[in-house]
Amino acid sequence: MTAQSISSEAMLDLRGVESCYGNIVALKKVDLTVNRGEIVTLIGANGAGKSTLMMTIFGTPRARKGQIIYEGRDIAGLPAHEVARLGIAQSPEGRRIFARMSVYENLLMGAALGDPSSTAGDLERVFAIFPRLKERLTQRGGTLSGGEQQMLAIARALMTRPRLLLLDEPSLGLAPLVVKQIFDVIRDLNRRDGLTVFLVEQNAYHALRLAHRGYVIVNGRITMSGTGAELLARPEIRAAYLEGGH
Amino acid sequence: MPDAAASDAVPSKTQNRFIAALRDAAFVGLITAGLSFPLIALRAEADMNNHLELQQRWSWLVSATIAMAASRFIASIFDRLVARIVGVTGVWLILFAGGTAYYATDTHPGVIAGCVLAGLIAIGLAAALNRSSVDAGRTETRPAEPSRFYRLDTSGGSLAGNLISIAALGCAIAFPLVVLAWLGPQGSLKWINNYGVQILIYVMLGWGLNIVVGLAGLLDLGYVAFYAVGCYAYALLATKFGLSFWLCLPLAGVLAAFWGILLGFPVLRLRGDYLAIVTLAFGEIINIVLTNWVDLTNGDAGIPSIPRITFFGLPFTAADDGFAARFGIEFSPIHRNIFLFYLILALALLTNFVTLRLRRLPIGRAWEALREDEIACRSLGINTTSTKLTAFALGAMFGGFAGAFFAVRQGFVNPNSFTFSESASILAMVVLGGMGSQIGVALAAAVMIGGTELLRELDFLKVLFGAAFDPSQYRMLIFGFGMVAMMIWKPRGLVSTRSPSIFLKQRKAIAGALVKEGHG
Repeated sequence: MTAQSISSEAMLDLRGVESCYGNIVALKKVDLTVNRGEIVTLIGANGAGKSTLMMTIFGTPRARKGQIIYEGRDIAGLPAHEVARLGIAQSPEGRRIFARMSVYENLLMGAALGDPSSTAGDLERVFAIFPRLKERLTQRGGTLSGGEQQMLAIARALMTRPRLLLLDEPSLGLAPLVVKQIFDVIRDLNRRDGLTVFLVEQNAYHALRLAHRGYVIVNGRITMSGTGAELLARPEIRAAYLEGGH
Repeated sequence: MPDAAASDAVPSKTQNRFIAALRDAAFVGLITAGLSFPLIALRAEADMNNHLELQQRWSWLVSATIAMAASRFIASIFDRLVARIVGVTGVWLILFAGGTAYYATDTHPGVIAGCVLAGLIAIGLAAALNRSSVDAGRTETRPAEPSRFYRLDTSGGSLAGNLISIAALGCAIAFPLVVLAWLGPQGSLKWINNYGVQILIYVMLGWGLNIVVGLAGLLDLGYVAFYAVGCYAYALLATKFGLSFWLCLPLAGVLAAFWGILLGFPVLRLRGDYLAIVTLAFGEIINIVLTNWVDLTNGDAGIPSIPRITFFGLPFTAADDGFAARFGIEFSPIHRNIFLFYLILALALLTNFVTLRLRRLPIGRAWEALREDEIACRSLGINTTSTKLTAFALGAMFGGFAGAFFAVRQGFVNPNSFTFSESASILAMVVLGGMGSQIGVALAAAVMIGGTELLRELDFLKVLFGAAFDPSQYRMLIFGFGMVAMMIWKPRGLVSTRSPSIFLKQRKAIAGALVKEGHG
């Protein structure tokens, strides 16, 4: 891991964040920091609150308590579209591409906010990262393979020119080879472009190997944190998330 | 990279140019109106007793404004000086024809028609001149064809699709004249009014609803409410305040759009079934209010003797100052109907034009994206609230236009015209036509309205089934059979392909079979 672009300056800082669905508390006093230039991963089992945390950053559900500080500003009360305008992009869980619109249209939706004159350059950049999308440009989003859809979801998020990229389970339902491809892209984006990435994953092994730092969430509570290598070495992590796996 | 940026700039420039020209024209029109208010519109003149009397000449102001705005528009949309001069000459010829028709009493209609024709030819010529110059400029100044991937080409369509649209438009324009020439004024009335105008009203309503349901994916079961708002807006403004149709038309649209936004706010969080129920209730509320607020709407008895349409001020009557007398032709009630036909055709085409245009702009794509996935939209920074509200407002506005037209055509309105079954028919047209497809909706409206009207014509069946047989009694049965047949063979509507709003070199339609079931 190159440490050149990482600073200790917190880009995103969650302080005591709680959120609920009705009466059910989904997140309990979550403290989590993503520094500028880092890849930070959040791992946990099904239903631990990973996606809820991701969605809470984006304002749905709203954080009931605590602060979400992004670049020095509390964004906890903002609606989703305004969070996106601050330079945070999200590739949501289940990819959520626009199934009946073409790949091209999907990408343009990502560029909807920005200056139209920079769209061409952004497309060029995205195609350099995912050459496959260039081949599939006229194809309907819903007819892409799972891996291509994931690429499209990330590419679409990149079209918003984010400074912080949130990825929710990019490896979901993908073949190991494709997962490796996607993770390589995330690493490249971070190293080459200095993009800060917050990655929510079930695939703990890959995620922790990729990330600078990691957090473990269990039943809505952060139970462990450390560098990727540290967490990988911990026996309880190996037991809970890596047994039988790699 | 700069190469790509340059190629991107070209088509969006033509698009921006149109909008810029419109803005320019509106601005110039505004300035003209402002300046002519003290200079032209008001004139003080001494009367017989040497008292100064203020004369109002509003039509002069309107004429001046229109002339300046139209000229400015033509001038700013063309690049070449020759094209500009020819184009502006064309505009002035048409305006001259219009002015003479309006003011002069003894002009030959041939002269006016000749002027209009010459003006149209001049504008066409100007467009051709301009295009050839642009093409020439393109080949000269652009050394190499830049990477084709970034050409945001949103202008052309597939050749076949364009031909069909042009042919359909040609048929629609020629229809009343052909029928008139064929059947004479008496025989053609039914065809122009019952078929032509009636179908076009529903085409327009279908296209308006298509924005809300087909593009934005918001199921609206109370669309007829906006139709009613537009209709009563004209009926009340015209009968109580004596406002003219041309003033009421935009007002009706604005009022309907206002109600669209008003309905939009509480239903923003709803989707699918819930939204459908709330809009259904909204439609019923409007109907019940219209029925029970007797002081304002006269309840079930309705509003009678709404002022009829005039030819920009010339009434369609046998009087000396009527349309027929002015143009030196024999009076016939068919003139009014032909004018109504072209009016609703123009309104429907406006709806279509605006929809197609918006579909290629970010707001139109946002509607479609909203239909596909709301959460993804939000995470891309799209304000779903305003996106939904614009869809509601725009759809409602066109419903309002159609309503004002309905009122001026009928001359009488009452709440019975705005029942749920109307909403259901319009929705059926959108669904049967293929949600989001403009041509499909028009086709469905023609089949549903024209088809039920045609049943009245099947008199020869009486020979088979006896004199008491009335085919139109069976229209719901036949309609039901049609629906079942559609469900089996064309479950996603007549035109079930969605053409991308933006494409590379060629459009690629998306087959209906690939579209998720139940999602149009």
